[in-house]
Amino acid sequence: MASTIRVRAISSGETTEVQALIQHPMDSGFVKDASGALIPPHFIRELTFEYDGKAVFVADWGPAVSKDPYVKFSFKGGKKGDDLKISWVDNKGESDTTTAKIQ
Amino acid sequence: MNVRTAIHFASAAFALAALALGATATAADTIDPVADAKAFQRFFTQKFPKLKPEDFVNGPYSLNEDMHKQWEEKEQFPPYEFALDLGKELFSKPFKNGKSFADCFPNGGIGIRQNYPYFDEKEGKVVTLELALNRCREANGEAPLSYVKDDMAALTAYMAFTSRGKPFDIKIPNDPRALEAYENGKRNFYTRRGQLNFSCASCHVQNPGERIRAEILAPALGILNAMPIYRSEWSGMGTISRRFTTCNSQIRGVPLEPQADEYRDLEYYLSYVSNGLPISGPGARP
Repeated sequence: MASTIRVRAISSGETTEVQALIQHPMDSGFVKDASGALIPPHFIRELTFEYDGKAVFVADWGPAVSKDPYVKFSFKGGKKGDDLKISWVDNKGESDTTTAKIQ
Repeated sequence: MNVRTAIHFASAAFALAALALGATATAADTIDPVADAKAFQRFFTQKFPKLKPEDFVNGPYSLNEDMHKQWEEKEQFPPYEFALDLGKELFSKPFKNGKSFADCFPNGGIGIRQNYPYFDEKEGKVVTLELALNRCREANGEAPLSYVKDDMAALTAYMAFTSRGKPFDIKIPNDPRALEAYENGKRNFYTRRGQLNFSCASCHVQNPGERIRAEILAPALGILNAMPIYRSEWSGMGTISRRFTTCNSQIRGVPLEPQADEYRDLEYYLSYVSNGLPISGPGARP
């Protein structure tokens, strides 16, 4: 299956701007399905962006984040051609990791 | 009192005369889709003189500056991307008999969105892209897909994406049944229904750019060019069928089955009057 993470990281020399889109249902646990049964909670707990072995962005997420979340931030440093590692772990223990080249 | 009655009589007579005049004028009219489309497009370009014709395909984003800014940012990472990938995969995946969607469509299904829906003279009915996709599946021994979302939306998203920028090119062949389908579609578009007594035109012709609760209404012109759409409200993709049926239930009417004759005709009419405007689908809407 294709990766659940889409990333674009663009370096402007001093800083790197990162945009990411993650495919995830982000079920809060409060919503019922068509038959009235509660959809169990299923959401990303932690999202990490690593550059050069160091975490540059860590998000502790909960059930209030919407489906297919989108993140945008920038950090100091980051060179063109370098790797940026992105990973998430959800409350069911599922996870995904991808690496993107900084442009 | 007398004067007032006289005025009443006079105005009533005037109204009657105007009515009679109007009646004879419409009676003399024949169905002229070309003039219809021209008038339809002129109505919107006059209502929104600042917009270029191709702006209309971006719906509410062209009518509100704030939303336009948000949208430009969103388009850098559009929420329909995942559907697009899925659509590409589904489209190229062969059926059990070895054939694929590409075998059912002209040009292998690439860059042809702007020609749908078309009038099939053999069948005597309008054939939409969604219908053609499911017919292709059935002809190859596969179960049809749900018309409203998921796989169907992903497939049409991919097909629209490969046709982006191509102007809508809906043709009405020289066949009285085609003209009738167009007329039916037009009648459907302007017929009020549901408990709220809204027609499609109540929102999308009379009030585009205005708010309905928190939403900004899209103009009918170019509204299908952006289909299918990722709606944040749906938190997912939806097809034209989904748009039609949910519109009907939102006005508290009873929606028809997806791809009912009425919806096919409606899509035919609505696409025809947007002829010349570029395909912009898949779109993202709030």
